[in-house]
Amino acid sequence: MSWDDKLIKQAKKIVKLYPQKRSALGPLLHLAQSKDGYISDDSVSVISELVGITEVQVKSVSTFYSMYKQEPTGKYLLSVCKSISCEINNSNSIIDVVKDFTGLSNNETDEEGLFTFEAVECIGACGGAPAIQVNYETVEGLSTENTLNLCEWLKNETPDLVVADELQNKFGGTKSFDWAISDNSGTTGSVPGFQTLNTTKDKK
Amino acid sequence: MKETILLTKHMRENPEDSHLIESYEKSNGYTTAKKTLLGSSPEKVLEEIKASNIRGRGGAGFPTGVKWGFLAENEERYLVINADESEPGTFKDRILLERDPHQLIEGIIITCFAANIKNAFIYIRGEYAKPARRVQSAVEQAYQNGYLGKNIFGSEMDLDLVVHLGAGAYICGEETALLNSLEGRRGEPRLKPPYFPAVKGLYMKPTLVNNVETISSVPWIIENTGEEYNKLGVEGSTGTRIFSLSGHVNVPGNYEIEMGSTFGDFVETLGGGIRNNKKVKAYIPGGASAPWFRGDQLNIKMTIDDVANNNSMLGSGAVVMMDQDTNLVNAAKSIVSFFAHESCGQCTPCREGTTWLEMILDRVASGRGRTSDLELLLDICDNISPGLSWPPKMTTICPLGPSAVSPITSLMKDFREEVESMIPTKVLL
Repeated sequence: MSWDDKLIKQAKKIVKLYPQKRSALGPLLHLAQSKDGYISDDSVSVISELVGITEVQVKSVSTFYSMYKQEPTGKYLLSVCKSISCEINNSNSIIDVVKDFTGLSNNETDEEGLFTFEAVECIGACGGAPAIQVNYETVEGLSTENTLNLCEWLKNETPDLVVADELQNKFGGTKSFDWAISDNSGTTGSVPGFQTLNTTKDKK
Repeated sequence: MKETILLTKHMRENPEDSHLIESYEKSNGYTTAKKTLLGSSPEKVLEEIKASNIRGRGGAGFPTGVKWGFLAENEERYLVINADESEPGTFKDRILLERDPHQLIEGIIITCFAANIKNAFIYIRGEYAKPARRVQSAVEQAYQNGYLGKNIFGSEMDLDLVVHLGAGAYICGEETALLNSLEGRRGEPRLKPPYFPAVKGLYMKPTLVNNVETISSVPWIIENTGEEYNKLGVEGSTGTRIFSLSGHVNVPGNYEIEMGSTFGDFVETLGGGIRNNKKVKAYIPGGASAPWFRGDQLNIKMTIDDVANNNSMLGSGAVVMMDQDTNLVNAAKSIVSFFAHESCGQCTPCREGTTWLEMILDRVASGRGRTSDLELLLDICDNISPGLSWPPKMTTICPLGPSAVSPITSLMKDFREEVESMIPTKVLL
């Protein structure tokens, strides 16, 4: 097994949360992604042993869900929503800005490994349409101008930790609802922020 | 009209820190659960839920008390909270998860007490990173305070609660697909019968699957009695409900209201009207799966039954307003393309049908449509949902396929001329 001891220990802890081992498959795939940024063949093999199913079974699940990436993603995963509320609020123009800036088509990653772009289905930010997620941190009420500013800022500042509230304050507009609570926690890497996956940190 | 504040009370009164256990306790949080566990009985709780006449807030609107009553006897039973909110237009569970996670946890404790359940899960969609963080922290705080784990509040009740992160599949909002996903499988819906969750659910054991908003309502109902809850709203749609308003409105947002006023009143007073004083061309009354209403149908009442009687559904409570300048073919294409992307692929009519619908609509929207396309679209729809009636008949395991039919039948019924005007051959002839 090529996961280090610390990661294996963490994985075993996750397995123990569930009445049946296989339930841990989803969280372990997220854990694998937090290590590599995608689901590597090596992780498939490690997970199949941890959960007690075949590698093909692991792959069949990992390819079903859109958040498990089969290829390495960039440092910043830019997911622009294109579902109905965003669509009728000009999400197309936001998509164009991101495409132009990054030079990427849907589901592509640039050579430097900085950006991955995807046009995605509803992210639950309909009241603040159009919206984007950067590493699953939501920014609502975008304008084309602020979208460009956001991309440039990411490229220049390259923060390791992406914090929704920080991005929203800098580049966002109308929100789906009052976020109220000031929050400095965010995600590291293109994996949803979650303590058990060690992808959540507080910004100092 | 005004909002009626039950579920969003604590978060409104404590905007800075409503997600923290200390703050929730200051608002008398967890006292209802404590009283219930130490002095009430499961039968009494079930009676209150039944008396409240609350119906599920996930989309199907099934009476919650009846659902709980169906749960089969077994040593092992499970509660799964469906927080896979992904219906386009919907963002009401997001606010409950982000800003009042303890209210949900208290609801879970009371529910598990009523149904004698020792293991519960919250299945949160993977894209909800921040809400998931908040809920996870709240669960940890609740464990630390002895509100979860062994001998809760010093009672004999044990309860373990696990926060489970999804990974980007709308279909997992369908309860049996959600259970497959939670078991570490592909999120493919199961056939009902035999796989009714209340009988053969998680790990083939009896399982309650309830929406976030439904369970967040439980503490209020138990504290104030089902009878009081039943007085709010109208018959068949009791209590308050959080509607997510989006689209071309001046003040989009989540609004907690009693059901029973009209969509027009809702949009004008709470939503601040349509932007730039434009008129409504069409609107979606209950999420992307729901057939549309025309702009001249704003007098329909916002109740589960009124909307159903007008051949649509209140669904997840997501209201999307489209103004007079909206290109409805593009709007329909966006919705159909959503369902094509989210089809799990099990059933041929849905897997193939949604993809063909998407391609044909794309052709029409980009000015390359054929005169035969309108009938072709309806023919494919008829293969997914025979007769194109409402509620839809199905050739599929779950309602996802028929959901993709809704925007197309809406277009063809009420906006056919607009579609025809986009077909170039008509102009050339």
